[in-house]
Amino acid sequence: MSNMKRRTFLKGTLAAGAAGMAVSAGLLTPRAVLAAWPTAAFEAKTVPDALTSLMGSDKLDGSDKITIKAPDIAENGAVVPVSVETSIEGVSSISIISEKNASPLSASFKLGSGTEAFVATRIKLAKTMSVVAVVKSGDKLYSTGKEVKVTIGGCGG
Amino acid sequence: MANSIKVRAKVTGGVTTVKALISHPMETGLVKDKKTGELIPAHFIQEVTCEHNGTNVLTAWWGASISKNPYLSFRFKGGKAGDTLKLHWVDNKGESDSLETKIA
Repeated sequence: MSNMKRRTFLKGTLAAGAAGMAVSAGLLTPRAVLAAWPTAAFEAKTVPDALTSLMGSDKLDGSDKITIKAPDIAENGAVVPVSVETSIEGVSSISIISEKNASPLSASFKLGSGTEAFVATRIKLAKTMSVVAVVKSGDKLYSTGKEVKVTIGGCGG
Repeated sequence: MANSIKVRAKVTGGVTTVKALISHPMETGLVKDKKTGELIPAHFIQEVTCEHNGTNVLTAWWGASISKNPYLSFRFKGGKAGDTLKLHWVDNKGESDSLETKIA
């Protein structure tokens, strides 16, 4: 199957999913939260596109105040534990970007006012790549990356 | 989809640590079914919210590249033992589940 066809197919399923979501959202959760899910950012194929779509900017400042914990070598790319912690003040969101995945944006966490700047989860990595943590504080974006070597890919396996 | 969530929340020194596991296939939509050769449609959690006594402490937006049976951990201040913690998720098919628990 050619790449273009796959994309069309993907778009189709996503659109259908969105329609179904709208219906059940109306019935089950009468909140507007689903509308907030940044479809374009998660569908973006490049890191700058994803960032611009999610944050409004792809300007990142490197920071040594962010710690990413992830294995140096992940034997199984389908399950890579990643945790991000930062000592930067006033953090409103932490995003995790997997540089070379088909859709680089993996997750974005919006923190409440009392929530500490720490999140941990597990992500899939298609191959060896840099995992980038993007921390938003005020209007600025800070980032740190960590290279994770993947011996078995997590996507399309 | 009942009981798809397992949560543990514990207070130490005024900081509540929340650890959650959700049972979910998290299909990316890029993987082919080995038997039929057809693509398995994308099916993944898009949003997880966590409320402490009715106040939102965390909203997680997830893409399909979160691992199967997702794990999530975070910490927040201000919780105390006995407080209510509510976790809720919604996936791209509109399925959802939520769980209320008490902080230990």
